[in-house]
Amino acid sequence: MKRTEPLEIYQPTTLREASRLLKDKGAGGRFLAGGTDLVIAIKEKGLVPKYVVDLKRVPGLSGIRENADGSITIGALTTMRDIEIDSLLNKKYPFLCQSAAEVGSIQIRNRATVGGNMANATPSADVAPSLIALNATAKIVDAGGERMVALEEFFRGPGQTIMSPDEILIEIIIPKTSPQLVGEYIKFSPRDMMDLAYVGVAVAYVIAADKRCSGVRIVLGAVAPTPIRARSAEGLLEGQPLTEELAAKVAAVAAQESKPISDVRSSAEYRRAMVEAMTKRALLNAAVPRTAKVSWCDRRDRRY
Amino acid sequence: MKTKIRITLNGKSMALEAPNHRLLLDLLRDEIGLTGTKEGCGTGDCGACTVYLNGKPVNSCLVLSGELDGADIVTIEGLKIGPELHPIQKAFIQDGGAQCGYCTPGMLMMSKALLDENPNPTEEEIRYAISGNLCRCTGYAKIVQAVQDAAAELRAKQA
Repeated sequence: MKRTEPLEIYQPTTLREASRLLKDKGAGGRFLAGGTDLVIAIKEKGLVPKYVVDLKRVPGLSGIRENADGSITIGALTTMRDIEIDSLLNKKYPFLCQSAAEVGSIQIRNRATVGGNMANATPSADVAPSLIALNATAKIVDAGGERMVALEEFFRGPGQTIMSPDEILIEIIIPKTSPQLVGEYIKFSPRDMMDLAYVGVAVAYVIAADKRCSGVRIVLGAVAPTPIRARSAEGLLEGQPLTEELAAKVAAVAAQESKPISDVRSSAEYRRAMVEAMTKRALLNAAVPRTAKVSWCDRRDRRY
Repeated sequence: MKTKIRITLNGKSMALEAPNHRLLLDLLRDEIGLTGTKEGCGTGDCGACTVYLNGKPVNSCLVLSGELDGADIVTIEGLKIGPELHPIQKAFIQDGGAQCGYCTPGMLMMSKALLDENPNPTEEEIRYAISGNLCRCTGYAKIVQAVQDAAAELRAKQA
């Protein structure tokens, strides 16, 4: 088994110090959060960071809190496991908790952070489609100040984001949503656990008593260089009552909007067909209230 | 680059000097001499190296020594209660939950983490909890059985 090479590790205790380290020490440094991507990249993929800046000593970067305006802030160092089991998020956005539960194992989720996962920008990341479906925003800081970027604008390609090397993602913010908002995430993968998504589909919409849908968001993972919104598909459902026929039409359009590649996991054609099947299922499943605790494996296989 | 770190290991505090890049797994096995924790894949997929870091099960193959100052670590060597094996360990022996034994330390650590949170798990919950622990011998049936038996034993002790 490969071993890591000697490393310079810095453990700043403020964000300003962290950002300045990157500026002063120059290119080739990496931020360290949970390490579940970075350490593997060092061990397996030959990454040799010139130095590593561990963010875990900076206070205040983890935790989930509801703000006075009804928005929810998730600190960048919040672990996937904390999102999975958080009671507030489970009440409001169970599909977001489920998408966090789909990542790796419990051991991985106890280390992997939502900020690290976003900053690594893996196209198949499970949590990204759910957060984009919730219209989440990323708060990014550097030594000079901070900026807010819609998460759907955050990704640029596999491993690429809009952040410059000395910028730090510190928070994900979910704006206040209607109490009638429903959502669903379906990770399509032949194995129940410990696999990457072949296709990930997150949907969220506000459903009225007459089943009319508004604020429709359909976000696809693992079928383009970044998570993408299927905007034409969203437009087809917007303002319309949800029916099985319409869900099928919307799903067909979403499949056309996806840009999958063929790789070791699956052919592009198969992925596109699965986008169609999973989008339809996600749209219909989302409208069904979560009553009893249904395991996420069962839920993604349900058909309504 | 070496750093002095202070850790609590299986309840005892210790100070040591370790290179930043040394993985927690190697620190435990090669420098401290606790070889109960195993290396399987080295990439966080198999769970053989599971230890508790600040109370939570993690893959020790993905933790750098440079992150560890102040950490509380419990390994398989810390599972025993005094001279007695933990009821989960006894159940694995009684039920044949170990064959080659290589995954067993990780399985035990994960099983205890589950039972600490959920004293009466369903079979599905057990399989979910150990989904990050690969066993190539048992087919998992006897492991699941052992966890169920240990859970019953622990509940009886509580009552």
